[in-house]
Amino acid sequence: MMSSKYGIASRLKSKRIQKLISSGKRADGRGFDEYRQITIKTNVLEKAEGSAEVFIGNTRVLVGVKIGVGTPFEDTPGEGVLVCNAEFVPIASPFFEPGPPDENSIELARIVDRGLRSAGVVDFSKLDLIPGKLVHVINIDIYILNYDGNLIDASAFAAIAALRTSVKPVYEVKEGEVKPTGVKEKLEVLKTPIAVTMVKIGNSLLVDPSADEEEVMETRITVTLEDEGNICTIQKSGSEPLSFDEIKKAVNIAKVKASEIRSKIAGGEG
Amino acid sequence: MTPKKVKEEFLRVDGRAWDELRPLKIESGVLSNADGSAYIEMGKNKIIVGVFGPREVHPKHLSKPHTGVLRCRYHMAPFSTDPRRSPAPSRRDTEITMVMRYALEPAIFLERYPRSSIDIYAEVLQADGGTRCATITASSVALVDAGIPMRDLVAACSTGKYNGRIILDLGDYEDKNGEADVPIAYMPKLEQITLLQMDGILTAEEFEQCISLSIEGCKKIYEVQREAIKKKYVVEKSEKEIEKAEEFIEESRVEDEQ
Repeated sequence: MMSSKYGIASRLKSKRIQKLISSGKRADGRGFDEYRQITIKTNVLEKAEGSAEVFIGNTRVLVGVKIGVGTPFEDTPGEGVLVCNAEFVPIASPFFEPGPPDENSIELARIVDRGLRSAGVVDFSKLDLIPGKLVHVINIDIYILNYDGNLIDASAFAAIAALRTSVKPVYEVKEGEVKPTGVKEKLEVLKTPIAVTMVKIGNSLLVDPSADEEEVMETRITVTLEDEGNICTIQKSGSEPLSFDEIKKAVNIAKVKASEIRSKIAGGEG
Repeated sequence: MTPKKVKEEFLRVDGRAWDELRPLKIESGVLSNADGSAYIEMGKNKIIVGVFGPREVHPKHLSKPHTGVLRCRYHMAPFSTDPRRSPAPSRRDTEITMVMRYALEPAIFLERYPRSSIDIYAEVLQADGGTRCATITASSVALVDAGIPMRDLVAACSTGKYNGRIILDLGDYEDKNGEADVPIAYMPKLEQITLLQMDGILTAEEFEQCISLSIEGCKKIYEVQREAIKKKYVVEKSEKEIEKAEEFIEESRVEDEQ
């Protein structure tokens, strides 16, 4: 992860964190299954079709949704397109550097993308304009503004919150061409997938890891659940293995947490 | 509907049973210039893997003073899929490269090679669903072939849900048209999971079934991996060659005595 860059000082800190966790405590006093304060603001941008800003502790992520017109994928000519992209903006951390997306930002965008897609957040067949030629394209751009761990959950919450408030421009289809009518209608969002990320430190699973904890972690697992409690995406990351029992435990923790957070996002609209 | 009940009558698109792997063939030592290599065929998947190292790290700033680094590259050939794909690495390739590294790292005694790198290059020559799993399976054979000490072999296969049923080792069609896909990599001796991803919709119970089924699949793959490693050291010779070799040994013994 972003870990190895932190240097000597953090090695001392890691020992302290590990020691605390083995005695059942976290450095910031949270319980192992406790999130930091989550704040969700929606409609924070005027020029985007949908937007949301999510704070989890000091982690801050902004998502802008732009909905436009484009060509469909070759294998799904009659369906709209959803694209997720994540930018690790250099202002977010002294360890983020400008440049093309690295594997961490690609992984992040793909986990969020899979969560939305697997859950079936939108009916893609309704986003068709001229079959095989033009469809609605939903671009979800994830902007990391401040890094203090757990970027995946913050990004996933922001993405679904932004999508839920998105509007879709209405186009007029005439003689094989589309014309904007200037009218916008609400985008129909069918599901609210929630990602819950845990890290394993020692023998414990901790939800919502801080930057310090991510540095010490052995392995990380993200479980995304949709409204009915079904699992829609899982991603294990990090260089240590997990046992079957640990995975089962992670899924159970995620189930409880996801329904708590879902009500927050569903209520956070305005 | 548990998989057990449908075992008898239920056949899949390609005629397999629900818990049956595709035909699997692994060969080790297939490249002469690599330190270790392996070739795998799993269904219509054809993947070749080369391992280089432990060797000096380039660029040097990537080296670590206390441990070796594992570097991977998963790449699909332009002709490996139905529509030609660009040879430039896609976002998918980048992610698979990353999870492949995480899947193999726990098995290697990397700490024995400070300031060195072990590089694994995998080329997918033909893709038929489940390429990441087949790549991981082949890579661990190639690592052994390179003589790199390992804690265990890593075997990988996917499980998923197709037509409401939990099935092992999804083929391309089942992967694209199924409800869910769970690729898993497993170290059978250590009983640890090193790769876990999931895509689609599953209940928690179905997900657990998938993991159990994958573990069984990985154990079968593990046997094939072991055979592939052993086979490299078995040399088949004709009777004539054996006679010749015996004569040679006899002659040199006589020379020694003189």
